[in-house]
Amino acid sequence: MKRFAKLFQQLDETNKTNLKVAAMADYFREAPPEDRVWAIALMSSRRPPRPVKTPLLRQWASEAATIPLWLFEESYHVVGDLAETIALLTGDSSDEEHASDEQTLSEWMQLILRLRKMPEEEQHETLLEAWSVLGYRENFVFNKLLTGSFRVGVSRKLMTRALAQAFDLEENALAHRIMGKWDPTGITFDELIFEHDHRDKASQPYPFYLAYSVEDRSEPITQEDPNDWHAEWKWDGIRGQLVKRNGELFVWSRGEELVTDKYPEFEAFAPAIPDGTVLDGEIMAWQEDMPLNFHALQQRIGRKTLSRKILEEVPVVFMAYDLIEWKSEDLRSNSLESRRKKLEELNEKIQSPNLLLSPSIPFEAWEDLELLISEARARACEGFMLKHVRSEYEVGRKKGNWWKWKSDPFTIDAVLTFAMRGHGRRANLYTDYTFGLWHDGELVTFAKAYSGLTDKEFNQVDRFVKRNTIERFGPVRQVTPQLVFELAFEGIALSKRHKSGVAVRFPRIIRWRHDKKPEDANTLDDLIALIPKNVE
Amino acid sequence: MPRNPLLRFTPQGIYCKQADIYIDPWKPVRRAIITHGHADHARRGNGAYLAHRFTCEILRVRLGPADYVSFEYGDSVLINGVRFSFYPAGHLLGSAQIRVEYKGEVWVVTGDYKVENDGLCEPWEPLQCHTLITECTFGLPVYHWKAQDEVRGEMTEWISRNREAGKNSILLGYSLGKAQRILHMLSHETDPIYCHGAVENMNEVHRRCGLILPPTLRVSDEKAKKKPENAIVVAPPSAIGTPWLNRFRPYATAMASGWMTLRGARRRRAADKGLVLSDHVDWPGLHEVMSLCKPEQVICTHGYTEIFADYLRSRGMNAHAEKTFFDAENDEE
Repeated sequence: MKRFAKLFQQLDETNKTNLKVAAMADYFREAPPEDRVWAIALMSSRRPPRPVKTPLLRQWASEAATIPLWLFEESYHVVGDLAETIALLTGDSSDEEHASDEQTLSEWMQLILRLRKMPEEEQHETLLEAWSVLGYRENFVFNKLLTGSFRVGVSRKLMTRALAQAFDLEENALAHRIMGKWDPTGITFDELIFEHDHRDKASQPYPFYLAYSVEDRSEPITQEDPNDWHAEWKWDGIRGQLVKRNGELFVWSRGEELVTDKYPEFEAFAPAIPDGTVLDGEIMAWQEDMPLNFHALQQRIGRKTLSRKILEEVPVVFMAYDLIEWKSEDLRSNSLESRRKKLEELNEKIQSPNLLLSPSIPFEAWEDLELLISEARARACEGFMLKHVRSEYEVGRKKGNWWKWKSDPFTIDAVLTFAMRGHGRRANLYTDYTFGLWHDGELVTFAKAYSGLTDKEFNQVDRFVKRNTIERFGPVRQVTPQLVFELAFEGIALSKRHKSGVAVRFPRIIRWRHDKKPEDANTLDDLIALIPKNVE
Repeated sequence: MPRNPLLRFTPQGIYCKQADIYIDPWKPVRRAIITHGHADHARRGNGAYLAHRFTCEILRVRLGPADYVSFEYGDSVLINGVRFSFYPAGHLLGSAQIRVEYKGEVWVVTGDYKVENDGLCEPWEPLQCHTLITECTFGLPVYHWKAQDEVRGEMTEWISRNREAGKNSILLGYSLGKAQRILHMLSHETDPIYCHGAVENMNEVHRRCGLILPPTLRVSDEKAKKKPENAIVVAPPSAIGTPWLNRFRPYATAMASGWMTLRGARRRRAADKGLVLSDHVDWPGLHEVMSLCKPEQVICTHGYTEIFADYLRSRGMNAHAEKTFFDAENDEE
């Protein structure tokens, strides 16, 4: 574990891609094989479920630190990270020699798996022991694994590249090999990487190809020949792959989660899809030729069991836009044009209300799309997807052949009313804000936003918050309503659960309106007026 | 609290009415006792500055000519029946705690201080008192410093890794205090260490006061002499992201500060590496102070004042927080 914790630190200390890859490649070369498997699993979001309830962790950690629980909580709000708070409070601040130095990552992972099955008292004892033997760095990583918040700040693509370098393998083939369903406790490194036939490959999806944003309407793409490009609506659902092999259907989300059980609707057309087929598309809540708003889909995803009521209220379709395997043949290196043609034929044959084909948008000049994008909102779409007609289906986010072109967001000027300290790199700085809009002479809370300012601006607002606090509610500070910010957001809908009666999606700060006084900010009525009429 | 406390917090600063004198005032006053030479404690425009001899040396460089009255550690001055004495605070060269005694009642103003001996400045001395006005910049249990040897080990290991990669090592720390502490930790270095002008000005004061630092070179703007290779550079944090650093390319940067304890702060800084090195008292240090100084009343200033005061009260002590204007400089450790 010492080696893995050291790797984590190395990755944390640099933002240079080649250094990160080199550090990981070194790790893969040196680590024992069983640790490599765990490292791959952890760096591809295959974390074991959280073994201990968080309130218990907090309680036991404050006990280990011999401080009252309230002081643990205050510390947590300053540190902004639970795992780090526990490591800082329970153990040694030193990274030098510790009793745990000889234990491997996989031994610790086994312990975490065992913890889950222990009675509470034994969990308590085990954790107090673990915290007392681990060095600071390891303690931190251990807690990250315990709290289920383990992220290393490297994409799976980079991890794959490092692994490919370390063992002289082809990167794309390797990316495909480590996808899908496998369990780090039930597979050896050799089986995972070299003997991939050994595994049940039936469910395995392909790495998703992701598009880049067109940041500016003057991007070079508009210099290209429109005939070479294929346009579709950009759907606001969940990206997914449908895999049909050996008579069985598998539904994968982009997070590589197997979610087949969540969408029984797809079983209806599954028999009609031939074996050896993989579709790429969007899982969408859909009713009467229109997408339901994203809220509805989120509600359905949140359910542990699907009641008849929710199945009726939020029916789901698969909006297909690509065919990446056909007749058990990997089509990824074929052109989009030819894949699309096969997809259209397949869709024609199946004829199911739960399987839709994402229609192409005919256009002759880029200006046609410029005009059409204003319709995206009313269609509950986020904008366009632009794909080169000869593009292959690549791995990960690649620039060049696939673009997303989003419609302009909604914007509104709001007043900063409350602030809380942030997390991660914004720990100990007031960066999490609540904003209000005017209604009957008062500011009504309508959104929270955490991003969009520069570090310098965050520092300025932090200072403002510290000096203009009216009242504290635990970690939250109410501030003098004085600063005005322009907020942008993607979606907007009426909502009974929000104080303002309106829910907005992806709110973020666009700019600090130094030129505006609080009384110049918008009203709640201004916000409600933005709701597209044909969506609600 | 008694109606007429010996020291009170006023808009100008910490004030002793009986003696009509301020300690570390944040607005200009007629007479000021200064705990140490950092800008947030020693401001321009006061009539007279009463401070430790070394602090006066620092202030002469930083503020220019003024009316300086210098003291040694252990010295005191009697003003209208109030005795003010200077004791080492261990924060940096010349830093002092101010012991204030009137009719048998003793108050101590710590200024900024640390409990551990850094081997460079006079170490902190515990003073028993009735009321302790303590800073608590790092008054949270998450702040507990590593042994200095381990920090030094991290620093030298980082430097040798940079050398292997053919890079210069830029160490960033406050030009007064932290910079010299870094230099002191690098006493074993044989090649001269490059220092930013602001750092070198303070090095000179240290040397004038009789302290020994490893050999240094002032990086002057005009003479871009031979290109430094595998060198060590000490500069203030403000140098980061400025063209001043260009001459040292390729380089790696490390920030030395107590704030580097937190991963969030490390990532927020543009520095490549964070070294946890502080000249302030940490959480275990504050406990040591309470048990050695045995104050009946504690006034917390600067930092996590309210949390620390709450904590002391939860342990049955008489404690409260007072607002000071040092707070804005919270980050400049």
